[in-house]
Amino acid sequence: MDAEVIHRLHFAFTVTYHYLFPQLTMGLAPLIVIFKSLALWRGDERYNHAARFWMRIFAINFLFGVITGIPMEFQFGTNWAKFAHYSGGVIATTLAMEGVFAFFLESSFLGLFLFGERRLGPRWHWVAAFMVFLGSWLSGYFIIVTNAWMQHPVGYEIGPDGVARLKSFWALLTNPWAFWQYLHNMNGAVITAAFVMAAVGAFYLLARKQEEYGRLFLKAGVVTALVCSMLQLYPLGDAQGRMVARHQPVTLAAMEGVFRTEAGAPIVIIGQPDVEKQRLDNPITVPKMLSFLTYRRWEAEVKGLDAFPRDQWPDNIPLLYYSYHIMVGLGTIFIAIAVVAAFLLWRRRLYEARWMLWILMLSFPFPYIANTAGWMTAELGRQPWLVYGLMRTSEGYSPTVSAGNGMFTLIGFMGMYMALGILFLFLIWREIEHGPKFLSEGPSAIPPSAKILPETGD
Amino acid sequence: METLWFILVALMLIAYVVLDGFDLGAGIIHLLVAKDETERRLILRSIGPVWDGNEVWLIAAGGALYFAFPLLYASSFSGFYLPLMIVLWLLMLRGIGIELRSHVDSPLWREFFDFVFSASSLLLAVFFGAAIGNVVRGVPLDERGFFFAPLWTDFRVGPQPGILDWYTVLTGLLAFATLAVHGAHWIAYKTEGPLNERARRAAARGWYLIVALTILSLVATLNVRPQVLDNFRAHWWGWLIPLAVAASLAAMPLFQRRRRDLAAFLASTLYITAMLGGAAFAMYPYLLPATTDPARSLTIFNAQSGPYSLRVGFIWWLIGMALAVGYFVFLYRFFRGKVSLEEREGY
Repeated sequence: MDAEVIHRLHFAFTVTYHYLFPQLTMGLAPLIVIFKSLALWRGDERYNHAARFWMRIFAINFLFGVITGIPMEFQFGTNWAKFAHYSGGVIATTLAMEGVFAFFLESSFLGLFLFGERRLGPRWHWVAAFMVFLGSWLSGYFIIVTNAWMQHPVGYEIGPDGVARLKSFWALLTNPWAFWQYLHNMNGAVITAAFVMAAVGAFYLLARKQEEYGRLFLKAGVVTALVCSMLQLYPLGDAQGRMVARHQPVTLAAMEGVFRTEAGAPIVIIGQPDVEKQRLDNPITVPKMLSFLTYRRWEAEVKGLDAFPRDQWPDNIPLLYYSYHIMVGLGTIFIAIAVVAAFLLWRRRLYEARWMLWILMLSFPFPYIANTAGWMTAELGRQPWLVYGLMRTSEGYSPTVSAGNGMFTLIGFMGMYMALGILFLFLIWREIEHGPKFLSEGPSAIPPSAKILPETGD
Repeated sequence: METLWFILVALMLIAYVVLDGFDLGAGIIHLLVAKDETERRLILRSIGPVWDGNEVWLIAAGGALYFAFPLLYASSFSGFYLPLMIVLWLLMLRGIGIELRSHVDSPLWREFFDFVFSASSLLLAVFFGAAIGNVVRGVPLDERGFFFAPLWTDFRVGPQPGILDWYTVLTGLLAFATLAVHGAHWIAYKTEGPLNERARRAAARGWYLIVALTILSLVATLNVRPQVLDNFRAHWWGWLIPLAVAASLAAMPLFQRRRRDLAAFLASTLYITAMLGGAAFAMYPYLLPATTDPARSLTIFNAQSGPYSLRVGFIWWLIGMALAVGYFVFLYRFFRGKVSLEEREGY
């Protein structure tokens, strides 16, 4: 494998693994704030126990997010040095702002949030929870703005030394691409948290333990999943898709599997793209739908891959196509699950409907897959560009880091992350086994080991 | 503007070393000074609420470095590829070492994570010291401003040096001794009774090591890179820095003997600040000297990101830092005082 492939795999692997954690962190943060608000508003201690339980899951998850996030900030320089040099004058602004504005906020208030409930009192503890939420969402914003600049560069000029530099700070921060991408992404994170919460609730009811909290988690999870999975389709996903059509038409053609330009283009539901023969095998399509969804006219012309020179095509069209279709397909399934579960909840039959509880319990991995597939769509869709229209991926990797050294550290990360994954699952499983009731039984129920660090209570 | 950002980045790095330095140091010596489970827990508790925030200074300083001097970031991060990756793995191990040890009530589990925590803290201190040594010594930059340094070559300071040569090993050891003592001061300050005594004794012993290694490394630096004296010749006030180093070294044993733990901690803080500040002062305006052709060296002028973004950056940096310092003051005040296990705080 040559150096370019290794460096791409290196970043893809570490960032994909990393994003498994922040999506739950960012999604849980507002739900914890809601529990804390309900506890304050209704004066019901159960909401506080629920908040504390999710706080512990949050803390473990946050730790793994931080640990796997540190390499991301380094890898621009270590593996993508020419890109880092070329674009640093612009994107280092948002990356540095993330550190200064979001990370300090998040980490300081997380310490207070986890360790200071009693000394802070309920109101200030609510503030701490809110600040952690704010920090994690700010952090997401700065990363999305950074990525949005790579998708749709704005507010820059090319300096005399041939590298990009900032021309307008506000244009960078208000990149139109970032707006929809941010909402789409954050809503995706909340969907993950909602399904995880519903799955834990369903598990408790199926296992007949912690049932009071099981019902609470189910209700919160299902309602959130219903609202957010619908918003994800419209307006968020729709707006994101139309933005791709406007700014990256070749990407749209590749992800939809449109080989030939046509008016009144159909949308592909299922089918396997054959790039060599430039056709789709076994297609199931809805006529004229793609034209309508993209341009709001049934007869509008949609540009196919044939309208673009081959060196502008994304370099892995099948993977891009499947990523996109997996994301959309799962998104549709989420709506179906959420609608049925919400209907049962409304008819007061959800808690007894074991078949639905099984579905909810087993469906929590799918939002992770959908979010990952969504990011793969964005990143593969941008290819062959690293910065769209400005710098190709083949020009961006570190000139002095050999394929052998890249492979060495990639294998190192794989080993390290496998160990981390096992530890993470083990710890989360223990927390779910203990459950919120265990916390509400008071200090005597907490094992002696747990008396220093917050993750096991104190 | 470049000079201002040089100072700001240096300040952030110093803040990182001072803050994360004490919890790294606490990690290095906790197996040494804590005799039983209770004492280990006390030490972990003294850094528990703050270590994560301290580490953020590294990320923030790295971000600011990238922001102000993108070419330096690109060149040095790809050139120091292997040691940086090892540092990343050590940071990961250390994070899980601290946070996971108390998750499972089993002596074996705890023993394992205590060892992980200590070993990774120790190696990180050595690597950070060696990193400073590498920057002072310089690297073989090519005409594009890039290089790749292997972990070691022949351990000599030549035109094609490795990350580890005798000079950088020396600076690594100095960092190790400094942070161990700094951490011991912190533990002494935060605890009482026998643990407090033992931490103070460890600090007193480490002090001899610091003095010896400081002198050795000064002599070695003058040998490896005599140009460090240029700025001192040009600006008389630069000599205040070595004076501060000497004063802080003299103050440490004085405060240790009088059991003024906070003052001793502040003395090691001053020592770290003066040493790193001195290095920055001596390097200016160089960011990364070339061992090949001095004209290829990266300076604050050829590596900066552009006047507009540096100007705008100064505004948001001031706002962000004011907020961050506010959080830290609040956080440290909130968790001030000696730690104990009786206090029922948290959830």
